[in-house]
Amino acid sequence: MTTAERILTDEMIDAIKAFIPRYPSKQAVTLPALHVVNDRLRHVPLQAVVEIAEILDLAPAQVQDTLTFYGFFKQDKPHGEVRAWVCRSISCHLRDADALLEHMCQKAGIRPGETTANGRLTLEFGECLGACEHAPCMLAGETLHTSLTTEEADAFLEDLA
Amino acid sequence: MSDFQPILLANIAIENSHTRAVYESTGGYAALRKVFAEMSKADLIELVKASGLRGRGGAGFPTGLKWTFLPKEHPGPIYFCLNADESEPGTFNNRILMEEDPHQVIEGLILSCFATNTTTAYFYMRYEYPLAWKRVQAAVDECYEAGYLGKNILGSGYDLDIFLHRGAAAYICGEETGLIESLEGKRAWPRIKPPFPAVEGVFHKPTVVNNVETAACVRHIAERGADWFRSMGVPPDPENPRDPGSFGPKLYCLSGHVEKPGCYEAPLGITVNELIEKFGGGIWKGRKAKAAIPGGISMGLLTAEEFDCPLDFAGPGRYQCLGLGTAAVVVMDETVSMVDFLLNSSQFFAHESCGQCTPCREGTSWALKIMQRIKAGRGRLIDLDLLLEIGDNIGIIPGTTICGLADGAAWPLKNGIRKFREEFETYIKQTNPSGFAETEPVPALEMIGVH
Ligand SMILES: Cc1cc2nc3c(=O)[nH]c(=O)nc-3n(C[C@H](O)[C@H](O)[C@H](O)COP(=O)(O)O)c2cc1C
Ligand code: SF4
Ligand code: FES
Repeated sequence: MTTAERILTDEMIDAIKAFIPRYPSKQAVTLPALHVVNDRLRHVPLQAVVEIAEILDLAPAQVQDTLTFYGFFKQDKPHGEVRAWVCRSISCHLRDADALLEHMCQKAGIRPGETTANGRLTLEFGECLGACEHAPCMLAGETLHTSLTTEEADAFLEDLA
Repeated sequence: MSDFQPILLANIAIENSHTRAVYESTGGYAALRKVFAEMSKADLIELVKASGLRGRGGAGFPTGLKWTFLPKEHPGPIYFCLNADESEPGTFNNRILMEEDPHQVIEGLILSCFATNTTTAYFYMRYEYPLAWKRVQAAVDECYEAGYLGKNILGSGYDLDIFLHRGAAAYICGEETGLIESLEGKRAWPRIKPPFPAVEGVFHKPTVVNNVETAACVRHIAERGADWFRSMGVPPDPENPRDPGSFGPKLYCLSGHVEKPGCYEAPLGITVNELIEKFGGGIWKGRKAKAAIPGGISMGLLTAEEFDCPLDFAGPGRYQCLGLGTAAVVVMDETVSMVDFLLNSSQFFAHESCGQCTPCREGTSWALKIMQRIKAGRGRLIDLDLLLEIGDNIGIIPGTTICGLADGAAWPLKNGIRKFREEFETYIKQTNPSGFAETEPVPALEMIGVH
């Protein structure tokens, strides 16, 4: 057992346990549990994985295996206050999404996947966001930015600067 | 066709179309009441079979037939998974349905669960749909309040729970057995079939996986019958005894270089040309078309000369494409370089391969490396043959992989190079005048430090 300090709060533990009756196996709660932690901490540190495994009667390696399959959950440090995905798939590519992402990264002074120094923004590329009629598009947190122009992208970045 | 009135999109322009009140005011949940009053589970399966409905998730498998593969007299539980992972590039019809008319989807899902004797359904939605997530959750909550979900629905004695389950940004979770593994809390590695999910699916139990739009169609079939559904679309090809026909309305996603991208509804069988002209407002900026993806990037490519291709389940196959797929048409104008197209497509599949099968993992990542090298002006003519060798050898169809992602990766390679070879050759010769004829093995671009 680990001696590290407990990471999951009582609220998180309750939120995770609330999923258990929905499935005939506790392992099925893995993804919901990872989301519970990630929604609150913006990453899922290894200690959280250990604690999730304990709640779900799993080996930590089972939870870690699932976590690492999805490139989605960061582990080392939290993503920015806002996590934004600029779509790079075909419909957005055809409407200059590559140039848009490059422009945004340059302006924010980071490479795709990185977080700005003030911790306010993580900028990533995404694959098709399912909003191709609005290409080029970006999902920032829960907000979909449609038919994004360079000017709108600049304004978005300035708000987070 | 000219007098066709939208069915699946009939109500999306109404204010608050996502609420139960509006849905009921347009006749919503009448089909459910009717089925509970008049039909047995077996009747409903027969009705869906008779309608000729084929799955809208990409493979076009007959829905009623899939349901009959469930073991008879099974003690249960049987599970239903609604596939709302929608991640095929170019595709957004499920999103529109879930955001604008989630009750239509849920009514269809309840009916589908009733027919298949399911009492627990998992609604597996991709992570990147925050609005759809909220609307579907709210709609499910409204259904519990109204007695459309829960115990003894509308006094029928039938119980059903629907649970939303959120994905984590991986395309492979849309493949039905990848979805099942993901739902079980494991990495989304697709399973070897058989056993098919209907026999052994999630939690080792018989499982039905259907697409969101498929469920929405079930709602209308229950209300208006099989003959009505079969009055739209394309009858079976008499030359092909294995073609069950393509019936009903279909949501077409149109994007790329058209004036008016959007989700449009038409009877199955509309041609690419009609879709672009009638709905899309033509090619943008007054330009000419060069090519189009017929049904999501996995389906391959049509040249502009092939835009008379009918978008029914059998149409794109006659034009050497993989199939109708998700009916997501992505149009490219005359300025698009096919090198850029294929680089983009290769990048997607290399990123999304789950890595389980060596031919897919290595094939997609080498296709990307070769395309990057070509793009950077270090391509050789022989690379086109290497790409075709990959394309011809990865997938379920050649028999080398577990799931169809690899077939989807193969088709853009095969169609792209076979239909536009001259353009690739010209690009390679022009950008690599001293090396295009080389045939000796070369290191990947990143290993020689060129970007
Ligand atoms: C790589 C891959 C990704 C897929 N993604 C989806 C998807 O996002 N949504 C979907 O409904 N079907 C998807 N499918 C098809 C499913 O495996 C399955 O055929 C479908 O969900 C069945 O539903 P239907 O019969 O109603 O079409 C995908 C298939 C493959 C090979
Ligand atoms: S074909 Fe590709 S995506 Fe499908 S199971 Fe094999 S490696 Fe994974
Ligand atoms: S390709 Fe960008 S949202 Fe679909």
